[in-house]
Amino acid sequence: MVREGRTRGERITLAHGNGGRLMHALVDRLAAHFTNPILEERADAAEVRVGGARLAFTTDSYVVDPLFFPGGDIGSLAVFGTVNDLAMKGARPLFLSLGLICEEGLPMLLLDRVARSIKKAARRAGVRIVTGDIKVVEKGAAQKLFINTSGIGPITYAGRLGVRAHPGDVLLINGGIAEHGMAIFQARNKMGFLADIKSDCAPLDGAVRRCLARSKRIHFLRDVTRGGLATTLNEIVRVSAVGVEIREKDIPVRPAVKKMCDVLGFDPLYLPSEGRFVCCVDGRDGGSVKAAMGPRARVIGRVVGGHRGEVHLLTRVGVGRLLPMLEQDQLPRIC
Amino acid sequence: MKRDPIRLMEVCGTHTMAIAQAGIKKVLPVGITLLSGPGCPVCVTAARDIDRALAIGRQRDVIMTTFGDMMRVPGSGGTFQDLKKEGYDIRVVYSCLDALEIARRHPRKEVVFMGVGFETTSPTIAATVRRARKEGVRNFSVLSCFKLIFPALEALLVSDAARIDGFICPGHVSVITGSRPYESIVRRFGKPCVITGFEPSDILKGIGTLIRAHCARRPRVVIEYKRAVRPEGNRRARALLDTVFEATTAEWRGLGVLKKSGLAFRRAFRDFDAVRRWPVRVPASRMPAGCLCGQVLCGVKTPTDCRLFGKKCTPEHPVGPCMVSSEGTCAAFYRYGR
Repeated sequence: MVREGRTRGERITLAHGNGGRLMHALVDRLAAHFTNPILEERADAAEVRVGGARLAFTTDSYVVDPLFFPGGDIGSLAVFGTVNDLAMKGARPLFLSLGLICEEGLPMLLLDRVARSIKKAARRAGVRIVTGDIKVVEKGAAQKLFINTSGIGPITYAGRLGVRAHPGDVLLINGGIAEHGMAIFQARNKMGFLADIKSDCAPLDGAVRRCLARSKRIHFLRDVTRGGLATTLNEIVRVSAVGVEIREKDIPVRPAVKKMCDVLGFDPLYLPSEGRFVCCVDGRDGGSVKAAMGPRARVIGRVVGGHRGEVHLLTRVGVGRLLPMLEQDQLPRIC
Repeated sequence: MKRDPIRLMEVCGTHTMAIAQAGIKKVLPVGITLLSGPGCPVCVTAARDIDRALAIGRQRDVIMTTFGDMMRVPGSGGTFQDLKKEGYDIRVVYSCLDALEIARRHPRKEVVFMGVGFETTSPTIAATVRRARKEGVRNFSVLSCFKLIFPALEALLVSDAARIDGFICPGHVSVITGSRPYESIVRRFGKPCVITGFEPSDILKGIGTLIRAHCARRPRVVIEYKRAVRPEGNRRARALLDTVFEATTAEWRGLGVLKKSGLAFRRAFRDFDAVRRWPVRVPASRMPAGCLCGQVLCGVKTPTDCRLFGKKCTPEHPVGPCMVSSEGTCAAFYRYGR
């Protein structure tokens, strides 16, 4: 039950939306109102049964600022983000809804540009926008444009994904981390000198289908979004009651991203991606699944039975330490 | 063979973070201790300076701007974040130039930038102030809480409470200052200094160099960060700094009042001095009860010595600045030290 008295006077802060520990606490608090077995799974998408069909169903809201950034925009993000949540359930994304909240004064041409981007992204991901809604709010009541998309699609994979990772699994990732976070940061701060960092925003359903075709022993998939890889791994150990061990030197970070992280004092493990996912697969199938994930896929660690609920990181100098969830958002350092 | 313990101080907050992130303390041989120094700009800012900034932020028509890390640092009467919640116009900027831009866009408002930082940051502030004067922007001022690192290192060695045997010197600051100012530390106190980068391998190499210099009793200044630091430093940046600012007495958290350790506006630029423009009354400042930040940033105590650490003081609800700042020792211990 939610104990309201204890938190009287407490308010929502930006940290409640950063994907880290506080956001998880908030989700727990809210989910307590609606408790049911489907919600309890806390997967990227809910698995629902309608008649004889297994469907994946999900929703997500997009409030990115700026609306356009290197490698993508709010429109493509709104399509791929929801498509990816369905893909993590082994589903074939088919239909999306599109809800727009526009701030008074938004240029019509800008909205057209976003719509064209949505169309292009939907075509790329093989989904159709089949229903939608538009609301306009007074100037200042929203920031230019917010988008919500919900998505649905049949689950074609016979096994049950997203239930738990198993000890003995290897952990794979399909490419360099932190690229979306760094692209947004540079766009937001108009740092024009970093033209070679682009958002990794992309649909993942194709890569996921290839992986699922290669192995029947994939136990868990999750896309890396807010809170970065560190937070995704903590989510995995939390829902699976296992431990995870990763090696810092095996985690792919593109040199330009690494350099910018050094300059700004950011830890790339906590910066978001929008086109990366982690796959927990039985060690025997690690090689073939890695090949299916794409040319930039890497093995970053393994799932273990010990230290349940904890992510252990082996640093470059060979020291093990705990990798916690994101607490407060990272800020650029001063000197 | 038994050796005396060696105590080395990493001065810079970025080094503190990098050391914690890589877990370097755990690979060092027994007897070698790394201490965190006063190189986190947010942490060394005196409570009184924060209180003054809060008081200015409450003035009519003021837009207060500062670095993100400052938003949550508690003064005696709350934080900038609290002020923002009360409806005052407080904004985070990533550089002083952004604050100047806000001043241009809001000519009827008074834009104040609260500046903290060391020799790395202050030349960019000097450049901004010079530009503001050139462009005739009159509604812009800077609350200078900038610090110079060398007086602080000397103060630490004079008191010797932390029993420091050598310094891992700040890499970024040294890009500006060069290695020469460290020579006087070697001469006066006989402590070796190594300027090094921020990769784990840079830091380990620097530690090795310090240990060798200490054991051989041959203190000297070594640049292990040759890809960025030259002995003469960046003369242009220093000249720029020198046209706008002059050294002045400043108060530090933990170290107290140190002569010629802060930066004040020169006469020609005093129109941009927020202290002159806003003669606010600042009541006597209070330190949060039980907070050991002052001793932590002098290397005398470690975060785990503090009774508040991890209990009353967490990144979510920080009591002292060392837990707030992304370069703070307590934040590094909390995030990486477990």
